[in-house]
Amino acid sequence: MVIFLGSALFYTFLPPLKWRRMIARIHFIGAKSLLVIVVTGAFTGMVLGLQVFYTLRKFGAEGFLGSVVALTLIRELGPVLCALMVTGRAGSALTAEIGIMRITEQIDALDAMALNPMRYLVVPSILAGLIVFPLLTAIFDLVGIYGGYLVGVKLLGVAGGTYFGEMETYVDLRDITQGFLKSLSFGLLMTWVCCYKGFYTSHGAEGVSRATTQAVVLSSVLILVWDYFLGSVLL
Amino acid sequence: MVEIRNLHKAFEGQQVLRGVDLQVAKGEILVIIGRSGGGKSVLLKHLMGLLKPDEGQIFIDGVDITQLRGRAFDQLRERFGVVFQGGALFDSLTAFENVAFPLREKTRLLEEAIREKTLTLLKQVGLADMGHKYPAEVSGGMRKRVALARALTMEPEIILFDEPTTGLDPIMVNAIHRLILDLHRRIGFTAVLVSHEIPEIFGLADRVAMLHHGVVVEAGTPEAIQFSANPVVRQFITGDPEGPIQPD
Ligand SMILES: Nc1ncnc2c1ncn2[C@@H]1O[C@H](COP(=O)(O)OP(=O)(O)OP(=O)(O)O)[C@@H](O)[C@H]1O
Ligand SMILES: [Mg+2]
Repeated sequence: MVIFLGSALFYTFLPPLKWRRMIARIHFIGAKSLLVIVVTGAFTGMVLGLQVFYTLRKFGAEGFLGSVVALTLIRELGPVLCALMVTGRAGSALTAEIGIMRITEQIDALDAMALNPMRYLVVPSILAGLIVFPLLTAIFDLVGIYGGYLVGVKLLGVAGGTYFGEMETYVDLRDITQGFLKSLSFGLLMTWVCCYKGFYTSHGAEGVSRATTQAVVLSSVLILVWDYFLGSVLL
Repeated sequence: MVEIRNLHKAFEGQQVLRGVDLQVAKGEILVIIGRSGGGKSVLLKHLMGLLKPDEGQIFIDGVDITQLRGRAFDQLRERFGVVFQGGALFDSLTAFENVAFPLREKTRLLEEAIREKTLTLLKQVGLADMGHKYPAEVSGGMRKRVALARALTMEPEIILFDEPTTGLDPIMVNAIHRLILDLHRRIGFTAVLVSHEIPEIFGLADRVAMLHHGVVVEAGTPEAIQFSANPVVRQFITGDPEGPIQPD
């Protein structure tokens, strides 16, 4: 698996890069996940707004609502939930697509034409993951913060100025960098695992379904493990 | 031109090829026959370099391709055209785009020239107005013909066909055979073809080789094979359920 990543990265830096395939991949992983990300982002933010508000009220610190919601989203929930959602939506499809190409000999056909399947299938997907994950995470965070605002300010009566004001005071660049690094590494992790599982599919349709399940489970677990690891190093 | 020497291959303990020896002369059409599951596709995949043998060599113009790597290997592959057993068409591309794919990816031809060439090829396989369809939308026979057209795009010196006619109606089988002969006469490629079409292949092949139990039991002219004294070959071409080959 490590060799697989190694050779994928090797071909990433070895031109020519297949631009059109990469753009198609960005569309595939990114644009089509947008709706899911907006909806889950909004509800995550709203749930956070609700729960954090009740907790903070016990301490009489409702004013901190904005910063708590924003920090939780930017540092933790945004990258992680977004990665998990995209893994479920696009990662599974990625594995299935590459897996079907494997069992129907389409990958062999590329090979036989002396066209490197790594370059055609894997590299564009990994690059698309690296580009798309941070963007989707940013959208998730923004929508979530706004969702928290709706619940906290409009519904529960925290002052709107305080909500955003405190946020500006307590969220600094390091938090944003950390969230960015997380989403970037999750993007790599997900596309790597899902491409690998698809690429080495065998044994017909059953093999594809097995590979897809394994890819989603493995990606999700690795994302959470890596999240803890990265969090403890970066904190 | 192609020489296979003592080729062995096993998968997870299952011995598929046990010392295949076979030669293919330049410009000839060699047809490989043999039982289903007998390792014919595996043998072709070794010729394409998709599988590496456990033992033995394959020489093409005197070069052992089992040892080739990297650029030299790619250059060799560019001399091959391949029709896979299942077609292996790219299902995200239309028939036209499938045939045009090697031209788009491997040459610097202008779009217009690519278009013209692709349409000519599609016409040759009788699919001139099917270009806009996706592989999932056409019949099995059409898929095979698209795959054939794609294999011919780069005008290869050697073409490997894995069952180009299996599953087609008898008229189509003969039409494809005639197409292969016709193209062979014009382009002059060397062809290795796996087929179950007995007796039709006897009109197509320059030589026929029978693969059985992982070895070539007999190779010779169609006449020699048709009137073979070898009981295994005789039973296979007559399709007799009784004999040295046991149906399992
Ligand atoms: N990649 C692989 N992994 C494991 N076993 C394989 C693999 N490819 C082929 N085999 C085995 O090798 C044997 C020969 O398969 P092959 O596909 O070459 O048969 P064939 O002669 O082409 O049959 P058919 O006429 O049905 O196409 C089969 O028993 C198959 O199970
Ligand atoms: Mg076969």
